[in-house]
Amino acid sequence: MSKTTLTRRGVLRTGAVAGAGVALPTIFTASSARAFTNAPTGGSVTLGFNVPQTGPYADEGADELRAYELAVEHLNGGGDGGMLNTFSSKALDGSGILGKKVEYVTGDTQTKSDAARASAKSMIEKDGAIMITGGSSSGVAIAVQGLCQEAGVIFMAGLTHSNDTTGKDKKANGFRHFFNAYMSGAALAPVLAKMYGADRKAYHLTADYTWGWTQEESIKAATEALGWETVNAVKTPLAQTDFSSYIAPVLNSGADVLVLNHYGGNMVNSLTNAVQFGLREKQVNGKNFEIVVPLYSRLMARGAGENVKGIFGSTNWHWSLQDEGSKAFVQSFGTKYGFPPSQAAHTCYVQTLLYADAVQRAGSFDPCAVGEALAGFEFDGLGNGPTLYRAEDHQCFKDVLVVKGKENPTSEFDLLEVVEVTPRAQVEYAPDHPMFAGGSLGACNPGA
Amino acid sequence: MDAIILQILNGLDKGSAYALIALGLTLIFGTLGVVNFAHGALFMIGAFCAVTLNRLLTLSHQVVDETRTDFLGNPLKVDVPYMHDLFGEATGAAIIDWSVPLAILFSIPVMIAVGVIMERGLIKHFYRRPHADQILVTFGLAIVLQEIIKQIFGANPIPTPAPDAFTGSFDFGVLLGFDPNAIIYPYWRLVYFAFAALIIGAVFAFLQFTTFGMVVRAGMADRETVGLLGINIDRRFTIMFGLAAAVAGLAGVMYAPINSPNYHMGMDFLVLSFVVVVVGGMGSLPGAVAAGFLLGILESFASMNEIKQILPGIDQIIIYLVAIIILLTRPRGLMGRKGVMED
Repeated sequence: MSKTTLTRRGVLRTGAVAGAGVALPTIFTASSARAFTNAPTGGSVTLGFNVPQTGPYADEGADELRAYELAVEHLNGGGDGGMLNTFSSKALDGSGILGKKVEYVTGDTQTKSDAARASAKSMIEKDGAIMITGGSSSGVAIAVQGLCQEAGVIFMAGLTHSNDTTGKDKKANGFRHFFNAYMSGAALAPVLAKMYGADRKAYHLTADYTWGWTQEESIKAATEALGWETVNAVKTPLAQTDFSSYIAPVLNSGADVLVLNHYGGNMVNSLTNAVQFGLREKQVNGKNFEIVVPLYSRLMARGAGENVKGIFGSTNWHWSLQDEGSKAFVQSFGTKYGFPPSQAAHTCYVQTLLYADAVQRAGSFDPCAVGEALAGFEFDGLGNGPTLYRAEDHQCFKDVLVVKGKENPTSEFDLLEVVEVTPRAQVEYAPDHPMFAGGSLGACNPGA
Repeated sequence: MDAIILQILNGLDKGSAYALIALGLTLIFGTLGVVNFAHGALFMIGAFCAVTLNRLLTLSHQVVDETRTDFLGNPLKVDVPYMHDLFGEATGAAIIDWSVPLAILFSIPVMIAVGVIMERGLIKHFYRRPHADQILVTFGLAIVLQEIIKQIFGANPIPTPAPDAFTGSFDFGVLLGFDPNAIIYPYWRLVYFAFAALIIGAVFAFLQFTTFGMVVRAGMADRETVGLLGINIDRRFTIMFGLAAAVAGLAGVMYAPINSPNYHMGMDFLVLSFVVVVVGGMGSLPGAVAAGFLLGILESFASMNEIKQILPGIDQIIIYLVAIIILLTRPRGLMGRKGVMED
């Protein structure tokens, strides 16, 4: 049996050593590496792709998912490397991100904010996703961006065009590569004035939610600045399928242009109805009646069929662009899937590369470090020319395309033709522009 | 005045779709006593019959055009429909152009088969179950059918054009003495209205003037007595289910050029059609037709800017508002028999 003798000095010495031992990890953590949500520990890192796999935008979501899978393949060194070969930043080398193999999980947004938040939450909490990306509705993007801010992960927005995403609802953890409604207006209005004249009377039909409101505001402001008059602006419910009763009043309103602030199925139906009612053959105020679809996508154009011919709109990117980055992406995507990528696929692919590159340059997955690497980052080689990720609102600034429904398409993919590449300078605006005011970026949240 | 006439035309058009779907619903409820929530799905399947026939007629083989290139810079592969090979380019193109009217012939046997299979395979097991069970099972069936269509055809709307001869619009105003261009109405929507009137007339004539129809009407009034007379009323009711499915399907086929078919179009119409049936009176065929047109016209008027400025959002609730008023003042609906839902 051993005998233990307690002395005052002995207790003090033991206590000091034990105290230092307990404090040590805290000291190291505070000084060298901050804790953050879902810090990857093994040999892999998980990204969360949250896209509409069901619901009216499911085709768009499917194309986004194809692009994400292609991006993961390229990041892990597979395939032909795609835009990694043309990207101006050379931080990525095909060995994953920071040497970790890229893995992914997918979620279904159903194009519903609640479902999108639930699937993003599940990917963050259960699957350990360190970054969430995707979506094809501004309502969804804004909801998921808010969730990612609270959870302490980065949100790389997919397709979202509302000014509010990087306006009043902007968040420090959220980043948008896609263009916005203001940019559509700034790019489109001069082309419309050139084609149709400065003396026009416009009638707007607008989807009644965040994206529709900001698009209507943007297009009205841009066209009115060039001399157009807005005769009326009517909100239409998102669930509307037959727009005939909204189109009929346009006929006798005195308007000579109809602006359809509709997207997806809404746009397909409203444009079809407008064409059926003979608006395109009509003469008003001594001018040919015209229809404008400010936000175009190839997938929507396919739904609207013949009706899109000759109709102007804007788009973020198009597969016919001839810069090296776009060509590399189209080659890579087209070879793998057999058809050209949509603008949704492009923006999602680019966002994944941009995130991976930012982590690589920051040397850390910490969302605050990644955010710092992305904010104010200038790059090229990913389509649309030199691009800036503006620090003040995390919005990308780049050239915007004005497109027109092609008169003589050669295939089901060849539906839009680029009529003008609007230079970046023409679509830029101040961070405190009234259409983007009312919110604050706040501070980055690294989470746990 | 021209705006009012235009909205009346619009209402007749919407009403045509409501009336056709509601007619089928009422036929099923009146004969079998089943509240069929899968009826909208039958309308949707009809529209996809038009899509299917269009796809069959446009089946193509590829011919390489060395003079042009595809998006990857390879020689362009051009699709040449087999119809062009079989009948020559002009005739082949004309057959494809008329795919929607041709789909009427194609859809009738398909829809009758779908209806009979649905009735014999599932719904007959629910005849003696409460209406709530019938609603649940048919609603579930509607979702299953919707998802099958989505798996096959995808989620995006599929443009299905009317024949060239019926595209464009008709200057209705000139006919009524207005200025040119005052009331322009699409040809195909006029065709749709005429078609709906024809189908409704045919269904009524069938029930009124044929022996089969007379027996069915007798069965609707007193199923047991007709059965005791040695008539196999169940078989007749099954045939009626098939016919009701065909009516919904035809409504869908002809609707395809108006709004590109998509997998949830049945659900979009279903709830409204049920309100139409309830307003018209459960089990009343003339009630369903009258209420269909009435609510279609009211909905069109409610979406006029002048009305919405006074009552914002009225276009979204007008149908339900009318339903509430009618049910409060006349619970059996406009032309319904007393106590139909009480047994």
